[in-house]
Amino acid sequence: MQGEYIIKQISIFSENKPGRLAAIAEALEKSNVNIYAFSIAEANSFGVVRALVDKPDDARSVLEKLGFAVQFTDVIAVRMKDQPGGLHEVAQILGDAGINIEYAYAYSGREAAVLILRVSQAGEAISKIQAAGGSLLRESDLG
Amino acid sequence: MHSWDPRIEEMPKAELEKVQYRLLKTLVYRLYSFSDFYHARMKEAKVHPDDIKTLADIRLLPFMYKSDLRDNYPDKLFCAPQNDLVRYHVSSGTTGKPTVVGYTQKDLDLWTTSLARALTSCGIGKGDVIQVSYGYGLFTGGLGLHYGAERIGATVLPTSVGNTERQIELMQDLKATAIACTPSYLIHIGEAAERMGVSIQKDTQLRSAIIGAEPWSETMRTRIYETMGVRAYDIYGTSEISGPMFSECSEQKGIHIWGDIAIPEIIDPETGEPLPPGEHGELVMTVLQKEALPMIRYRIGDLTQILDEPCPCGRTHPRIQRISGRVDDMLIIRGINVFPSAVEHAILSIPELSGHFMIEVDRKGSLDDMLVRVEMAPEALSDKINDLINIKRKVEHTLKNALNVAVQVDLSEPGSLPRFEGKAKRVIDRRVF
Amino acid sequence: MFWNKEMETLRGKDLEELQLKRLKWTISQAEKVPFFKNKLRAEGLSADSIHTPDDVRKLPFTYKTDLREGYPFGFFAVPRRDIVRIHTTSGTTGKPTVVGYTRNDLAAWADLIARNLTMVGLTPEDTFQNAVNYGLFTGGLGFHYGAELMGMMVIPSATGNTKRQIEMINDFGVTSIHCTPGYALHITEVVEQMGTSLPTLRIGVFGAEAWSETMRQELESRLSINAYDSYGMSEMFGPGVAFECPEQNGLHIWEDCFLSEIIDPKTGETLGPGEKGELVITSLSKEAMPLLRYRTGDITMILEDDCPCGRGRRIARIMGRSDDMLVIRGINVFPSQIEHVLLGIPEVGDQYMVYVDRKNHLDEMTIDVEMNRQAFSGELDGLVGLQTMISRKLHDALSLRTTVRLVEPGSLPRFEGKAKRVVDRRGDL
Repeated sequence: MQGEYIIKQISIFSENKPGRLAAIAEALEKSNVNIYAFSIAEANSFGVVRALVDKPDDARSVLEKLGFAVQFTDVIAVRMKDQPGGLHEVAQILGDAGINIEYAYAYSGREAAVLILRVSQAGEAISKIQAAGGSLLRESDLG
Repeated sequence: MHSWDPRIEEMPKAELEKVQYRLLKTLVYRLYSFSDFYHARMKEAKVHPDDIKTLADIRLLPFMYKSDLRDNYPDKLFCAPQNDLVRYHVSSGTTGKPTVVGYTQKDLDLWTTSLARALTSCGIGKGDVIQVSYGYGLFTGGLGLHYGAERIGATVLPTSVGNTERQIELMQDLKATAIACTPSYLIHIGEAAERMGVSIQKDTQLRSAIIGAEPWSETMRTRIYETMGVRAYDIYGTSEISGPMFSECSEQKGIHIWGDIAIPEIIDPETGEPLPPGEHGELVMTVLQKEALPMIRYRIGDLTQILDEPCPCGRTHPRIQRISGRVDDMLIIRGINVFPSAVEHAILSIPELSGHFMIEVDRKGSLDDMLVRVEMAPEALSDKINDLINIKRKVEHTLKNALNVAVQVDLSEPGSLPRFEGKAKRVIDRRVF
Repeated sequence: MFWNKEMETLRGKDLEELQLKRLKWTISQAEKVPFFKNKLRAEGLSADSIHTPDDVRKLPFTYKTDLREGYPFGFFAVPRRDIVRIHTTSGTTGKPTVVGYTRNDLAAWADLIARNLTMVGLTPEDTFQNAVNYGLFTGGLGFHYGAELMGMMVIPSATGNTKRQIEMINDFGVTSIHCTPGYALHITEVVEQMGTSLPTLRIGVFGAEAWSETMRQELESRLSINAYDSYGMSEMFGPGVAFECPEQNGLHIWEDCFLSEIIDPKTGETLGPGEKGELVITSLSKEAMPLLRYRTGDITMILEDDCPCGRGRRIARIMGRSDDMLVIRGINVFPSQIEHVLLGIPEVGDQYMVYVDRKNHLDEMTIDVEMNRQAFSGELDGLVGLQTMISRKLHDALSLRTTVRLVEPGSLPRFEGKAKRVVDRRGDL
């Protein structure tokens, strides 16, 4: 079952100006949503805030109520060895399979470092990583 | 099909050659006497005007090269007093400085006359609405066709380049019957019209197109006719000889070079030896009546052949076949001549770059797309995407200013582009014409 | 110096007679246009109702919106075969305003430009760099033909590539330049940055956007030139309608070709000399497209005193607009055009704001557009693509490069009653 390894990332359109991230964070705090990982991608006047959270649907609805444009995006999360060479291992598998990483960010989880990837072909990436003995996270494994 | 000036256009060949000989002789005498450049060149080639005894003796005269224009920038080759100059046009050069062409009133008149003949020979005249979609300004395409179309009494719609949807709207609303543009832009217009739900064939009055400034083929002609119902005519010229000047006639069998205006020759590009009609080689042009910037045996760099047999249209002037290629590495991007050396010159002026580059040319849809891959200098790297975007913009801006054509720029990592030993092959041209 | 001394200095009774004759001719020419024919007939007017040039006041006004109704050829008074040129200018919504010219019109227009350029001291010996847009915009080809008619050397440099423009001025010994005043200041700065100067340049003619005395002083001192104001509009041929003489005190409006009035834009009442109002022009020599009492939308006044140069009527420099039209880098933009474009793009909401600023002396237009929530894909690329697409569509419609910023849904001000979506922050010119 590859589908269980597809994780819902929440993507929020935000203008590139002071106070916008605070507004997003405040909203999530008030509705008791925990953020596992997040990153910001910037274009010139705006950006996209990407986050993995414990209650994506709640997060989406509270942000939309505040007027934000919000979408879910499919990503995968891979356990990395928290030591030199950890990232290399994962990146090599995808590189060899000709799968492009559109963007990635990472966080240090309780048991291992976690790499979050947006790739061109998610299904194929999952099977290649599994075939190479890599370990993927389900949504319930996050945190 | 009637001629603009039947007396000259349909003059018996022998008589035309007499006219050419007389004009050539006058030109050679004039330049030997009044042009330091040509005087020195003829001395060097040990040829005196008196040595020109027949039209064929033109081959005794020395060649003129694009580099001569660069070396004499901006106006040292001009043979008319500054006061008599009424126009400058400027085109891209091989390095930093552009090529400058000056015109007297007579030069403009002859250029316009040449185009009046050409447009008439394609069946265009008063009552036609001509959309001029070549670039105006320093580029000779726009103003050249504009004056030619005005001379024959057509309605001129000076749309210039760009804004394709608006061009199609105007073509439709203002009932344009003819268009002058590059072949790829015409096809682009056809495709854009289709997307807008407009059929050029059914929803517009367009029936002819005068297209040039870049290579195209019989396949494209057929495609244009079948998809748009438009008869396409090839037009030829470069700014050095004034601009676009010569075109196919309604027979669409080769480009008439008005013999009283210019003498075309074909030579072997390696040896410089003249080649007979029917043989393929480099086109060399002598422009007979040009005042401000005369041209004797100018090496344009285009490859073609002379067609000898008479044209069924009745015009007696020599014809050349459509241009098949270049002798040098010059690229034509959306009708604009681009020398890779000019790209290099521009890139070396930007400190954020390493100086290594690659040029990749493709057709995107129907339009040329030139991508220049450049390498960042290691010290210019930044962790902010916006800084990188700004460097990219700066490179795009510098290249656009240097080349007069917009190009795509890709920033590559330091050290990632190929290094060459010996002759660099920095251009990958994937277009098929 | 005069190009056409007789016409330039025609005054009093002679002028009135000529104007009366030409006004009557213009009315009969206009009657070939159904729009005018119906209007005149409805009011029982014809050339016979006109006994003095002042009787022009009996005629109905013509508005820019009327021209839109006639798109494309509805205002042509001659057969299409006799039209040798078409120009277009900004319309108030999707379709542009179309202007046609006969051969005589082109000759008359070139003659007016030659008058103007001769008036400011240019001669066939001068080299003229025409640094405005060619093509459908009338500024480029208009000045080009006039300068060529005079026998000047013309460099059709068009716009952009400022360093190259400066190189050409110096390499070719250019003595005069035509561009927008904003671009002239931009050139000035680049010249100073390059550590060079423009020693051959002596005359600048600047138009297509409003400018001030302060700006003139700046341009004249920093470039060591004399700077002159040029006025016109495509509906009246193009540039060349009125022009400053060396006195630099008001623009001479060519009275043999244009009958001018100043009116109160609210009531339509005629105002006297020295009173500020909207300029209304009736063409006197246009064949292809005669226009009766055309509401230019430009605010100015007629200057009272005679000019020492000996030429006739002057108007003050343009002081503003009677409508919401903006002039951005010499290009006329109606906010309604922007709205028209945005409404055609489903990915954005119908909320927008337009900001106009001046950066390095050049006008910049920034348009904030609210994202449509449904159109957000979650990907940055999609947003960048959308932003590019909106810029392109605006560029196509306005012939102007703008900066588009996508903003969050609901973040722009909402208006009750009349929306104020344009914020012009350019301040004093």
